[in-house]
Amino acid sequence: MSNKVAVYRKEHFNSAHRLFNADWDDEMNKKVFGKCSNPHYHGHNYELIVKLVGEINPKTGFVMDMKLLSDVIQENIIERFDHKNLNEDCVEFAQLNPTAENIVVTIYNILSQHIDPVLKMTVRLYETERNFVQYPA
Amino acid sequence: MVYITRIEHFNAAHKLYNPRWSKEKNEEVFGKCANEKWHGHNFELYVTIKGIPDIETGFVYDAKKLSAIIKEHVTEKLDHKNLNLDVDFMEGKLCSIENLVIGIWEQLVPHIPPSIELHCLKLYETPRIYVEYFGEK
Repeated sequence: MSNKVAVYRKEHFNSAHRLFNADWDDEMNKKVFGKCSNPHYHGHNYELIVKLVGEINPKTGFVMDMKLLSDVIQENIIERFDHKNLNEDCVEFAQLNPTAENIVVTIYNILSQHIDPVLKMTVRLYETERNFVQYPA
Repeated sequence: MVYITRIEHFNAAHKLYNPRWSKEKNEEVFGKCANEKWHGHNFELYVTIKGIPDIETGFVYDAKKLSAIIKEHVTEKLDHKNLNLDVDFMEGKLCSIENLVIGIWEQLVPHIPPSIELHCLKLYETPRIYVEYFGEK
């Protein structure tokens, strides 16, 4: 029997954003994105859950040291996005609409450069308690 | 006397920034909350009223009607807005949750029917930070 285990680390960040497609005029943005397109921005408490699936290391008993996982998320995600304006402050969204979908894929791509590829990672992002996304699907 | 609470929510951008101070002084006092380009939160608002249950309905006050009052006079003005730029009743005030909860109280009081009394507002900025306000007694 496989001794694969899923481990989860939860982190959070608070950011401003607006949904905006630079190829469209203000009217079209408002029509498609409604109040989410407010030019003065709005914001969220984002909750991030990173799931890793892998074998238990027989020496440590860990799939991955959760303190190290937390440090990787803090250094590469939270410091980048917390108390920031995703559209204005974050180069990742200079040309990319910061929807929850695009944010979760961006987070996955950044983290995957720092997590052992032998571990299968899934990232879930809550924009509100009621709206959340997951990647890979 | 029975106390009944209605919970509403709104998502907004803001910054903590005193315009009479330099950028450096603002960053010293408010830290990353002073980011000039904003950040944001999912705010949760708990509105508690008190009164005697009506003999005919059993209600202190119809919670659906209370929700409509809060939506019309508070959350529609705050949801998907920039609290510093878009909200008339926060104009000229520092955008802390302390000041926001007082502003919300002042918005609500004139619309609370005489049969009940506004008892308490509880405003969550994050799941870990909230303020309570009972009005000036």
